Parts: sequence; C-alpha cells; structure tokens
Amino acid sequence: MAVTSPSIPQEIARPVAGLRRQRFTLERALSPLLLAPSAVAIFVFVYGFIVYTFYVSLSNWKSAKPDLSLRRPVGVIYADLFSQTRFQIDLRNTVVFTIMFLILAVLGGLALAILLDRHVPASGFFRSVFLFPYALSFITTGVAWSWIFNPETGINLLFDAAGINRLLAAFGTGPLKPGWITDPAVIWQLNGPLATVFPAVGDWSLKLGVPVAMIPVAMAAAWQLSGFAMAMFLAGLGTISNEVREAAALDGASDFRLYKDVIIPLLNPITVSVLIILTHVSLKIFDLIFAMSGKGPGFATDVPGIFVYEMIFRAQRYNLGAAAAIVMLASVALVIVPYLARQLKSL
Amino acid sequence: MASAPLPVTSACAPRRKGGVGRYIVLALLIAATAFYLMPVYVMVINGLKDKSYMTLSDMWKFPLYLDGGGFPLAWKTLSPNLWASLRMVIPATILSSLLGAVNGYLLSKWKFRGSDVIFTLILFGMFIPYQAILIPLIRFLDQIGLYGKWQGLVLVHVIYGIPITCLIFRNYFTNVPTELVEAARIDGAGLIQTFFQIILPLSLPAFVVVGIFQFTNIWNDFLFGVTVVFNPADQPVTVALNNLNGTNSVDWTVVMAAAVLSALPTAIVYVLLGRYFIRGLLAGSMKG
Repeated sequence: MAVTSPSIPQEIARPVAGLRRQRFTLERALSPLLLAPSAVAIFVFVYGFIVYTFYVSLSNWKSAKPDLSLRRPVGVIYADLFSQTRFQIDLRNTVVFTIMFLILAVLGGLALAILLDRHVPASGFFRSVFLFPYALSFITTGVAWSWIFNPETGINLLFDAAGINRLLAAFGTGPLKPGWITDPAVIWQLNGPLATVFPAVGDWSLKLGVPVAMIPVAMAAAWQLSGFAMAMFLAGLGTISNEVREAAALDGASDFRLYKDVIIPLLNPITVSVLIILTHVSLKIFDLIFAMSGKGPGFATDVPGIFVYEMIFRAQRYNLGAAAAIVMLASVALVIVPYLARQLKSL
Repeated sequence: MASAPLPVTSACAPRRKGGVGRYIVLALLIAATAFYLMPVYVMVINGLKDKSYMTLSDMWKFPLYLDGGGFPLAWKTLSPNLWASLRMVIPATILSSLLGAVNGYLLSKWKFRGSDVIFTLILFGMFIPYQAILIPLIRFLDQIGLYGKWQGLVLVHVIYGIPITCLIFRNYFTNVPTELVEAARIDGAGLIQTFFQIILPLSLPAFVVVGIFQFTNIWNDFLFGVTVVFNPADQPVTVALNNLNGTNSVDWTVVMAAAVLSALPTAIVYVLLGRYFIRGLLAGSMKG
C-alpha cells in the first residue's frame, strides 16, 4: 500500500474512480434511509403532536370524555384563556420572573466568571461548586429552597440571630419577618401611574407589579442556573487572547476599564446565547415552582406551566390546557426560532 | 449550542498587581461558595437531625447526635422510587446515546441534500415546552399499551432525547478529520463499516459526555414522570420527593434526607466526572 506513484496508470485509476462513484450514490441513499426513523419520530412526536394539541385547543374537549368536535366560533378558547384572571396573572408572573431571573443569573454568572478569570488559587474547585446546582433536579432545588424561604424557619432565623429584630424592637418597629413564598402582596404596582396615561388600565383587575413571593423563586432559579451562565462566559473568556489584554494594559487601562470596554463587548455573542437559552428556560419554568411554592397565595407564583398541568390533569379541561400550552410554545418559538435560523445559516 | 472551546484551564488574565486585589477576589469567591453550598448544608444537616430533640427553629445548628436522623425512614420511603428511576434511566440513557451516535454520524459525515434543514428541525424538538405534546403523547402511549408503565417512560425519554444527543455527537464527529472517512471509503469500507471500524472506536469520549448528560437530564425529569406513570411505587424519585414535600404528616427531617438521597446519584456523577459534564453542557447547553 505504501506505493506513491505520481502517475497512476489510467486503466487502473478509472475503474477505481468508477467504483467509488457507484458506491457513493448507493451510500448516499443509505444515509437518509438510516436517519429516517429518528427524523420521522421527531416529525410525529414533536410537530405532529403540536398540531394535535393545537387541534385539541380548538375542540369541545373539556371533560374526562374525549370530544374532538370543533368548537365554534373557531379559536374562541383563546379569548376565554386571555380573559381569565388566573392566566393574566400567569403572564404577568412570567414577565416578572423572567426579568428578575435573567438579571440575577446572567450578572451573577458574569461576575463569577470574571472573578475566576483573575489568577486565583483553587479556581477549579470554585468553578465546580458554582456549577454544582445545575446537576440537581428542579424538584430538589425547589424542596431545599422552600424550607429556606419558609417564614417560620430558614432565612428569618438568621435575621433573629444577627440581632436585626432586637435592633428594630429598640426603635419600636419590627420584627423583620417577611412572609417570602407565603406573601400574597404585589409591590411596585404600575396600575395607578399607567392609568393617568391610558385610562383603560384603571379598569383592570390585574395588578401590574412584582408579586413578593416571586422574588425567592427567582433567587432559587438563579442559584441553580447562574453556574451555567458562568461556564458559558468562562468558555468565552478562554478564547480572548492574552495579546488583547496586554494591549489594553499597555494603553494604561485599569482592570475595570479592561472588562467594561474590551472584554465584556468581546463576550457579546456569548451573552446573546446565554440570554436566549435562559429566557427559554424561564418561559417553560414548571418543576422548580411546582415544588417550591406551587400556585402560591393568590396565584402569586403561578405560571403557565403549572396552569397547563392543572387544567389537563386536575380539572380535565383539555381544550383550555392545550390552548395555554400552545401559548407557551409560541412564546418559546419567538425566542428560539430566530436563534436556530441563525445557526442553520452558519452550518 | 455554542460550540465555544472549553475552559480547559481557567482563563488567564495577565498577572499584574498582586496584593490587596487578590485577597478581595478570594474573599468574594469564598462568600459566593458559602452561598452556593448553603442549601446543601441545610439539606444534609437537617436530614441528619431527629425531631425528638430538635425543632425547625434549630435549622442552622448542627445535629446533637449522629444517629442517621431522617435518613433511615427516607430510605425506606424512597427506595422503590430510587430503584424505579434507575431501572428507567439506564436503558433510556444507553438507547438514546446509541441513537445519537448514529444520527450524529450521518448528519456530520454523510450529509445529503436537505440534511442541515432536517438537523435544524430536529433540534427545535429540544426547546419545546413538553406541555405542548402531553395530551397526544398520553393518548399514543395508551394506544400501544405503555401508558402508566416505566417502559413507556423509557420510550418517551429516548424519543425526546434524539435532538440533544444528535447535537452533541454531530458536533463531536464534525471535528473528526474527514480524511479518515475518505481513506476508509477508498479501502472499500461502506457507510456502516466505516461507522463500526473508524468512528465508533474514536467516540468513547463523546459517549461519556452524552451518557452523563442524558443520565442527569433523565434522572432529573419531573413532568414526564408525573404524567406518564401513575402507580406511586413506579414513579421516578423526583415525583416521590415532591409528593413527600407536600405531605404534612412527614417530618421535615425526613423530607430533607429524601432530598439528599434523590440528588445523590447525579451529585456523585458530577463530582466524579464533572469535567465531562461541563463539556456536555457547553455542547448541548440546555436545561429541560
């Protein structure tokens, strides 16, 4: 085989090439054939099932007995859904949760990555600790944090131990004992200010504000997923060459300026990926909240994921549950489809 | 999705001022470590407590005696579900890894017209909220007689694992030099022979990454577990833990011990093979 002849005799070369081409076409047909089972499975179980769910949302099926007759006027279920106070609360909660969670997880992850980017001893240990929660289930996280944010124990005991409440009592106020996940209050309500500009808002029963109980939930979610953001940012930081850093140092840039003006802008593509992935996780969030606080007091921590689960498996209102699931899917697709389309172009 | 290189070593900032700055960085990292380990601390020490001599107001204190606390009862309650999870997760992980290897190979080394579009369409499957397919999925499982059975859960995880395993293997095989495949082709090896003789021997690292990643994902799943299987003893451990947490008659020490037990398998895998876990995360970079 070790023959390297620059001029292969034509009569030998030709049949080889011919044989190769022939096999090529045969093998080319084999590739899609072998891929077909998986591709068909995905087309049926993802796309086919989505169409089915969409059809269920248009049907009359709202009890244990399947009823797939079309409900008229077609699509009226979506009007029902969006006029339900509970679903309106769920949409507000999703927006509030997403904003809080993204700020905590992305800034937290970025901060951790930058700290680890400095020469520190045992950086591998620190990195492993910060990513550890990602290996746990949302249920475990939810259970653990439900005890930490239980008003009778957990964090509130630390407030006592730190002497905060003795201090407050001395001033005649307190005690500081937040209800955390049991607090039904909605703070920073925007209804009033908005009503001065859009009078229609004044009639809304939905409180546009931050449900207090959502704050601990967003913290737990950020605890679990900031390590993921950190790992992504660290991977990005690893690709920034030392020359860039040295050039900035030669220009006399401070560490702060180095990160603010040079490194963080270079990380932009990673930041976009992290934001897209975490936003889609946040739109789908279910198990964590289900285990930590459930619907919450006055639906303070209810989200579409829980709504769908309860409508289908508890209330057996299949059409309403299906409609909410389709709304969830549409919101996720809005974030993910442009991202995938961009990936396809780069393939 | 990001095919960014891995943080092999910690990235290197040019070392300049040592001194105070370094200690501040270290102090911040230690504070962050305390925060990240706090829930683990709470779970472990409270799991080890006994309700007869400690109350909920002792949450942050160490247990007085080390006699197992809530663990024996938690083990007794959860062991059927730990077993149910293991019995379901192992075949699901193996099957979905094998399927992923084949799909990744075809989509990287045997591209055909439209294969990139098919790949992208497959990928979308890992982002969807599974609530949007649950109703037909359960009807389907019911039709084929697998509704309520752990085998049905295996099937579900294998199917919905296709996108992520396909992605990780495809990215891995893309980095295998095409010359190797070409050379085998010239030697007369076909698509299948090339897979077994050239690709498979090279793919052990990818199998480790995908295996760990899928083991963790499937072990941690809740939605499919709670909807596809209804017999309490056959439900995965995540479902059992959630049920336990909602039961008022059970001590909190038992709940916390149960949380530790349910997390132990993935935690052990993470501690032992964390390096591969990070790779899977960056190659797949998705949760749920």
